[in-house]
Amino acid sequence: MRMSLTRSKRRTAPTDAIDTTESTTRAAAGSRPRRPLRGAALLLAAALAGSLALAACGDDDSSDEPAAATATTFPAGSTMAKLQAAGTITVGTKFDQPLFGLKNLRGEPEGFDVEIAKIITDALGIPADKVKFVETVSANREPFIEQHRVDLVVATYTINDKRKQVVDFAGPYYVAGQTLMVRAGETAITGKDTLAGKKVCSVSGSTPAERIRTEAPDAELTLFDVYSKCAEALKAGQVDAVTTDNAILLGLMNSDPGAFKLVGEPFSTEPYGIGLAKGDDQFRAFINDTLTAAYTDGRYEAAYKDTIGKVEPDMPTPPVVDRYTS
Amino acid sequence: MDAVLDNLDIFREGFIQTLRLSLFAAVAALILGTALAAMRVSPVPPLRWAGTAYVETVRNTPLTIVFFFVVFVLPQVDIVFSYFTFAVMALTIYHTALVCEAVRSGVNGVDAGQAEAARALGLTFSQTLRLVVLPQAFRNVVQPLGSVGSALIRNTSIAAAFGVQELTGISQRLTTANPGDVIAVLLAGIVCYLVLTLSLAWAVGLTERRLTRTPR
Repeated sequence: MRMSLTRSKRRTAPTDAIDTTESTTRAAAGSRPRRPLRGAALLLAAALAGSLALAACGDDDSSDEPAAATATTFPAGSTMAKLQAAGTITVGTKFDQPLFGLKNLRGEPEGFDVEIAKIITDALGIPADKVKFVETVSANREPFIEQHRVDLVVATYTINDKRKQVVDFAGPYYVAGQTLMVRAGETAITGKDTLAGKKVCSVSGSTPAERIRTEAPDAELTLFDVYSKCAEALKAGQVDAVTTDNAILLGLMNSDPGAFKLVGEPFSTEPYGIGLAKGDDQFRAFINDTLTAAYTDGRYEAAYKDTIGKVEPDMPTPPVVDRYTS
Repeated sequence: MDAVLDNLDIFREGFIQTLRLSLFAAVAALILGTALAAMRVSPVPPLRWAGTAYVETVRNTPLTIVFFFVVFVLPQVDIVFSYFTFAVMALTIYHTALVCEAVRSGVNGVDAGQAEAARALGLTFSQTLRLVVLPQAFRNVVQPLGSVGSALIRNTSIAAAFGVQELTGISQRLTTANPGDVIAVLLAGIVCYLVLTLSLAWAVGLTERRLTRTPR
């Protein structure tokens, strides 16, 4: 891990412009990042020189670009223009997060994260079948972005300052929060203040497990290694509540319709953002613009209704995107 | 290192849980395993078949699956205990099969003439087993039983994934809380396991020396 990180850091400057097809094949083969080929490096240099020349001419409209499928044109040399020209994009998402990013039986990922990613790739003029989804688990999201194995990460990715040191975030597009899930017939538990003496389940060593110790010190904590076991224990009456991010709880509810419900106000804030390469402010602004537009023109609502809305019909107000300056 | 020193009380809690799990399961598995071995060498075919079926089924099932069955299937038929009790049950079910095979190998190691002589004296099967064969068998299998016990101690870590906060569980918890001290926390966990397994190895060695010194 450390090795590859340092290696990728050394290559930060040149990889900035590695064409996406290379990162796509690399991700597809699942191989470790190789040293850039000399040919690729030459191509890069040429591309960089070309884009510099264009920029120097002040030719921002790039009217001499080959006509893309859509009418939208992007500033020459920008990530958007490169992706549009390549006609393909690699997006990292989770494959095991029901309702957000889950690989279905046909082998295609589906969920809210996937829909959000499609809104963005669609705005880039890339057809849906040219969007390549690769699995990013929590631990490899930053390395994958840094190594340019993915162009975007939409994977229940909480924006925080530590991560902002190595990657940039567009969004947030959804705000999750730690909350409680109980059996559908439960009336005694209405929030974290009604947990005294109750058995609460979470995952051993997780952040929500530690938070509930301070939020509800009088609750009895039962810990498993995965949340699905908590749901099973809740159903069997072995525990009285399950606690973690509502995003995960909604996924558990979806896999067992009618058995559970969420109670109480969320007691943490997890703004989910879209991860991209550090310093690509142009691309970040584009994604933020796309999200903001999608909030009002119904695309966001449609994405919500098709996924999370099936379990939690009340759509929350879309969060205001954070156009921070790094 | 501070993460360990500041949380010694939490470590002690986990250590005690692991020790309790090991002790309860070891005693239960030793008793049941010996009974099962007796079944497998008994002259009654149905008992032998039942014993063989149990051993072959349980011994060839991953312990995690045994845990899963106990913790999540039993409640569905309204058998509900605490997660600690469930963990002891799962560990016992699994290690009973291993103890049985160790004891049975000891029985097979006892000269056939011993059993024949006992029968010639008019002892019943259970008397033969209890007074003549098993005492000699146990002397043969002190080390194998020690290995089963050592495996049992290490296998208690699976309980961490099934609702019991023992050494592995609290190590996971402390590594999350102290991301800067992960190595120290894990090393401390390993040391705790070593204390348990090496103490057992020492006790086994001592027992074996004592038994072999006894004149035949």
